[in-house]
Amino acid sequence: MDKILIANRGEIARRVIDTCRTMGIATVAVFSDADRHARFVFEADEAVPLGGAAAADSYLKGDAIIDAARRTSADGIHPGYGFLSESAAFAGACREAGLVFVGPRPETIAAMGSKIESQRLMAQAGVPVVPSRTIDGVSDDEAVAAASDLGWPVLVKASAGGGGKGMRIVRSDEELVEALAAGRREAASSFGDDTVYLEGYVERARHVEVQIVGDRHGRVVHVYERECSIQRRYQKIIEESPSPGIGAETRRALLDAAVTAGSAVGYEGAGTVEFLVDGAGGFYFLEMNTRLQVEHPVTEAVTGLDLVRMQIDVARGGALPEQADIPPAHGHAIEARLYAEDPGRDFLPVSGTLHQFRIDGSVRVDAGVYDGAEVGIYYDPLLAKVIAHGRDRAEAARMLSEALAGARLHGLQTNRALLVRVLRDPEFLAGDFDTQFIDRRGVDELAAPLTSAADAEIHALAAALSDQAVRRSGAAVLGSIPSGWRNNPSQYQEVTFRRGEAEILVEYRLEAGAAEARLNGREVRAGHLTAAEDHVEMTVEGVHRRYTVSRAGGRHYVDSALGSTDFVEIDRFPAAAASVAEGSLTAPMPGMVRRLDVAVGDDVEAGDVLLVLEAMKMEHNVVAPTAGRVIELRAAAGEQVEAGRVLVVLGS
Amino acid sequence: MMAHLDRLQTALAAARDGGGERYVTRHLERGKLLPRRRIELLIDRDAPFLELSPTAAAGTDYAVGAGLVSGIGVVSGVECVILASDPTVRGGSVNPHTLAKMLRAYEIARHNRLPLFFLVESGGIDLERQVDLFLPGGAMFRDLTRMSAAGMPTIALVFGNSTAGGAYLPGMSDYVVMVRERAKVFLGGPPLVKMATGEDATDEELGGAEMHARTSGLADYMATDEHDALRIGRMIASRLNWSKLGPGRRREPAAPRHDPAELLGIASADLKAPFEVREILGRVVDGSVFDEFKPLYGGNLVTGWSSIHGYDVGVLANDRGVLFSEEAQKAAQFIQLANRSNLPLVFVQNVTGYMVGSRYEQGGIIKHGALMVNAVSNSTVPHITLQVGGSYGAGNYGMAGRAFDSRFLFTWPNARTAVMGGEQLAGTLSIVARQAAERSGSEFDEAADEERRRRLADRIDAEADAFYTSARVLDDGIIDPRDSRTVLGIALSAVHSNEIKGTDTFGVFRM
Repeated sequence: MDKILIANRGEIARRVIDTCRTMGIATVAVFSDADRHARFVFEADEAVPLGGAAAADSYLKGDAIIDAARRTSADGIHPGYGFLSESAAFAGACREAGLVFVGPRPETIAAMGSKIESQRLMAQAGVPVVPSRTIDGVSDDEAVAAASDLGWPVLVKASAGGGGKGMRIVRSDEELVEALAAGRREAASSFGDDTVYLEGYVERARHVEVQIVGDRHGRVVHVYERECSIQRRYQKIIEESPSPGIGAETRRALLDAAVTAGSAVGYEGAGTVEFLVDGAGGFYFLEMNTRLQVEHPVTEAVTGLDLVRMQIDVARGGALPEQADIPPAHGHAIEARLYAEDPGRDFLPVSGTLHQFRIDGSVRVDAGVYDGAEVGIYYDPLLAKVIAHGRDRAEAARMLSEALAGARLHGLQTNRALLVRVLRDPEFLAGDFDTQFIDRRGVDELAAPLTSAADAEIHALAAALSDQAVRRSGAAVLGSIPSGWRNNPSQYQEVTFRRGEAEILVEYRLEAGAAEARLNGREVRAGHLTAAEDHVEMTVEGVHRRYTVSRAGGRHYVDSALGSTDFVEIDRFPAAAASVAEGSLTAPMPGMVRRLDVAVGDDVEAGDVLLVLEAMKMEHNVVAPTAGRVIELRAAAGEQVEAGRVLVVLGS
Repeated sequence: MMAHLDRLQTALAAARDGGGERYVTRHLERGKLLPRRRIELLIDRDAPFLELSPTAAAGTDYAVGAGLVSGIGVVSGVECVILASDPTVRGGSVNPHTLAKMLRAYEIARHNRLPLFFLVESGGIDLERQVDLFLPGGAMFRDLTRMSAAGMPTIALVFGNSTAGGAYLPGMSDYVVMVRERAKVFLGGPPLVKMATGEDATDEELGGAEMHARTSGLADYMATDEHDALRIGRMIASRLNWSKLGPGRRREPAAPRHDPAELLGIASADLKAPFEVREILGRVVDGSVFDEFKPLYGGNLVTGWSSIHGYDVGVLANDRGVLFSEEAQKAAQFIQLANRSNLPLVFVQNVTGYMVGSRYEQGGIIKHGALMVNAVSNSTVPHITLQVGGSYGAGNYGMAGRAFDSRFLFTWPNARTAVMGGEQLAGTLSIVARQAAERSGSEFDEAADEERRRRLADRIDAEADAFYTSARVLDDGIIDPRDSRTVLGIALSAVHSNEIKGTDTFGVFRM
């Protein structure tokens, strides 16, 4: 293999390119129209456009990707994670095309891709499994019977799935029918296979997985475990190694079971064996992921290994070292997944421009984004993976939370606050948590802004004083006269900023090297003042700090040791009344109208679904906030709509 | 000096209080903005605003400020004169002090070629004083349209009543904005119309913003509220395509090397104690750099070239109060030179007058004083006068006093202005009376003379007080000495809005 095509995008494409470069392997990227300005496209030696934007029109087009490899004379394909990484058909097509697929054999992918089949195989090999039933071609009644058989609650999962997509907890037979339908729809659109299955649900479970690697010579080794219990919507957001929640005995049993599992299927390449661990130290095989995991960097951090290099080595037919020669794990590594999403609105993905992206600190940052990147609606909203490696768990958590808290993430709402709060949480730090941690802690509380209202007011003052400096330096006349000078002062200069829902009225009056100010009425003095377009330095309430100020997309961003805040300035000449008619329901985010459930003239009850919007591969219901009649429908099925667009008007 | 500053602060606070708490509260309860808040919203954020004659009418029967706010501010990057009626003061009605303040603001706009904003909400003239106001008050309208004729945009934002004669304020303006349901602009209100023609008409029908915007066409813009009117006003200024005619500043401004705060300690509260005027200049001009002209001649008047906020100027400053023939001749030459160089002149007044006595009369002090007054009167470069101490006698004239059309004239709170000091004036009259008594052989009542002398001296001294003269709009405002540089900078920028051109033509110089 001299030239590898990476059938993926974003951070993982960059990650693979990096390793290829260290190995002297040429790289080829493929990219969709939506990604034509992305970094990985330029970082690869060559790139082949796939056209399209949606995954189905680009990164899931196996034929086009194999064609791209042929055109660029690539002799290997690295699938990354997601997309075609666990498609047995694609792996098979690569083999037929004479390309090395960096991953397991298609037969292994197929066997492990069916959760039912994989569990059967594992049970056979003596690995404990969670009971489950496939729901394919059965009636609703039979499905309910199967669920009762397993014992409530049960999980509905996509057979071909991963990453929590299409997964639902169901606690009653009424919920089950709807959950099956929705799960199938999501499974079909995400994975092209609508098969779902039911699985017994383990309460207060931890999610621990083992990294394994197998070679073509029959050797399977493990590279220790990862703890992935901090999840939201069944998606991991904080992963670490080693797991803080298992004893030495359980760990040994887990690692052995994982190697047994891999050996049972003659595993080749890097893979992950996922287990649920219950409170008593019992564990159950959950599934096997036949690819590189998103969270592989924590394993790399503690072992110093390069897992992508190992993948390529074994794909070339290289032999693995013996288990005893796998380097021991050092210290503790934690990864946080930074997403562009709104935790307060059920983690709705957020799209737009990332004006500034900067994460300092001694952490590893695997990111596909950069200053000015457009985060679109077509793919996973992962901005970056941030990985801290500390001497011990507490140090790693501290390094990571500090790096995240101080990061500049301008332009998009993210889950940063939630990540930082989890990393600082005493229960988390004590290692005492399970997969329900976030729900139990409460998303609203975890995701509340990190910067207090009082500190945000000081940031608002910095923004105001910086704006003032910009206006004064750009003044066409009288620019050298002291800012806001009055011989008969009747009031302070005023500016109102909005931060989230809250308004901050900043009043200030400048003196030489200082400012008197009122922040929502609270009197403060800014001493030792320097104010410029990009920063403000001042002593407020006895502490001198530097505040970085930037502006983009109609917002002010202020960063300092007090945190990171953004503001929208309220026009001092308020606009006339809102132009949106009462009763209008708007698109909560950009997306495609999947279907309309109502017609003009229909009477609806509060809570009725009016239409379904599909965005970022998820379905969002637009529901009636009150009972009423549909007066207007302003969108059609299949139509692409922007956030804020009026979709339905309800009247009484 | 601190006592003087306290008086200034007290007077300014009184001006800000407008018509007092009761009327201010009522005004705010109607959802209206106070005049200074209207101005704050009109002008560019963080830009300076120099209020003119803020203590007009102080110490009279009328409210401090005379029910009118006037000043120089920047609207959408354009320096303008801004006038705002204060409706909390007798409904914004015009009294003789208001008229004087208004006409002076017009004059400043006209001489310096500054666009004019009038934020109107006024009940018209104070009818009780109609005899003092009706005839001269015509100038309110005459000057407005003359300004327009001379190319200065005039913009009226009407927030409330502007009726009868007041209706011609918007009527004479280039641009008119009226606030919906607030502006009322008519010649005659409903009662007057009923009396005159028997017609029943509402005030909305007679002069509402809606009517004027849609029917009469008097309003060019109808604003939904006060904020909207101010927003429209800013839009108008931004579309004036306005350029200043002066050459602008030639240098980068540099702060003085000496702290302007020290000015308080330099100027003397007791004007009998002389002070070194170069100490003042060093705390006002750029970089404290002053290139003195004729430093060895006529030392009681300091002349020289300097710059303030980057604007080059010639400066004439009294050092020791009295002017001799040498000083007068030096001044005349210096004024001529500034006219040749098209440079504005700054007069720093602390003058007791031209020297008297036989030696000086015989030396031609009248001729030489006349030379200086001739030069000041006929000079066409802009003059800005700053009174930092006394200003007595013909010295006031020679140093560009009020009658000599300075573009701006500002006063420190310790300044005094009169034909002569109270004691001297009373003493002079006493001598004259004593001589008359001697000639007529009648007995001179020493005690009565003493009493008369004291009373007269007290009255003259009171009238010489800066607050007394400023109340009568005999200056453009009392300023904190520490603000001198800033105020001069604003004034110089304003004078550069117009062409700056000196003259070769003076009156016949008596040599």
